[in-house]
Amino acid sequence: MDTTLRITSARTGSAFVARIEKAAGQKLMACYQCGKCSAGCPMAEHMDILPNQMIRMAQLGMQEQLLASKAIWLCVSCMTCNSRCPKEIKIAEVIEALRTTELRSGERHDHLEVMALTPEARGVLPPIAMISAMRKLTS
Amino acid sequence: MGNEKMKLAYYPGCTLKNQATNFDVSTVSSMAKLDVEVEELDRWNCCGTVHALNSDNVMNRVAPITNLVRVKEAQAKTEGMASEMMTSCAMCYNTLKRANIDVQKRSDALATINDLLSLENIKYEGDVEVLHLLEYLRDRVGFDNLAKKVSKPLKGLRVASYYGCLLMRPKEVAFDDAENPQVMENLVKALGATPVEFSQKTECCGAYHTVDQPDIIAGRTDKIMGSASEEQADLVVVSCPLCAFNLDFRQDDAKRLNPEFKHMPVLYFTQLMALAFGCDESALRFDLQHIDPLPTLKARGLD
Repeated sequence: MDTTLRITSARTGSAFVARIEKAAGQKLMACYQCGKCSAGCPMAEHMDILPNQMIRMAQLGMQEQLLASKAIWLCVSCMTCNSRCPKEIKIAEVIEALRTTELRSGERHDHLEVMALTPEARGVLPPIAMISAMRKLTS
Repeated sequence: MGNEKMKLAYYPGCTLKNQATNFDVSTVSSMAKLDVEVEELDRWNCCGTVHALNSDNVMNRVAPITNLVRVKEAQAKTEGMASEMMTSCAMCYNTLKRANIDVQKRSDALATINDLLSLENIKYEGDVEVLHLLEYLRDRVGFDNLAKKVSKPLKGLRVASYYGCLLMRPKEVAFDDAENPQVMENLVKALGATPVEFSQKTECCGAYHTVDQPDIIAGRTDKIMGSASEEQADLVVVSCPLCAFNLDFRQDDAKRLNPEFKHMPVLYFTQLMALAFGCDESALRFDLQHIDPLPTLKARGLD
């Protein structure tokens, strides 16, 4: 099957792209796909879409695929990608913008079920772990 | 450093008052040995962990900025206290520092936060300096001065310094080189121990995935601790209670994942200081470590 992918400025100006760029405070088109972000990402081995692919898909306005990915919830904002990006794009901020798009959608899209943990598991966890997980993964 | 005791506003953070009591008591005790009187802030609240990355975020800055208002209150009533605060927790440091930088840059966000904090007597003006303890030791105390207080040099002890993410990333908060920091190695040297370089020292431990995805953490811990082990480290020092939990308490999971995994103690850098300063067990609290460091220390004649 032949697929034609048309990249136009009209597409990058879509509401989704504009919202992500604004929330993240980043210019997505600055990315030239060097892949340094994915090379250094400590979570890459668990991701279904790599960080550089997330940026490409965000440039193209692929909202559905991005928001349905596991990868956006695996990013822990360690900032390795940000500190190594030669174009100074804050990739972690873009991924946070994707997460918050889901978390602020008006319905609960939590990616952490605290009550599903055993009391033993909950008991051993330090507050720093529980609070940061809830801040990142729940509405 | 003058002869008079310096007073320093100290922000411990939630985990230092829970599972990481060893980090709290070793911080306070070793600072006393350095003639720095740390004063825990009155009415401190959550640092706001983790720093929210959305450019429009104001709400998540309220908690950290409230703490900086508390610093100003402490400073107003304490003679000899500068407009600065110290925390030894890397997560608290990162969150407080980034919120501070953010409101220093965004006057509209600061105005909104001050409106929300209208019941406070002091307005925040971006005028408190947030310092990590390692930064304080290097820049205010000085490692040469610190070395003079060592009563029990940690001779022969091979120490791998693990930085993780929060001290050196993002670059706005970094107080050393992001890829090859040396501040902890220099502290280790000042304490008479031998710093051990290892490739994973600035790699992420997996952080809060420890809550519901311990398998991911097992992999990280295996890789990070395994790298320190390859370099024949005796132990690893950290400055974050979340890293400490993952690298210490998740070692059993790492062992299940990789039967070759070798257990190794994980200490807070402040415990290493307290040990070298001759503090007693009440300042060390090694009973709170998952992997007991005493056999390792004993083998080096340091128990």
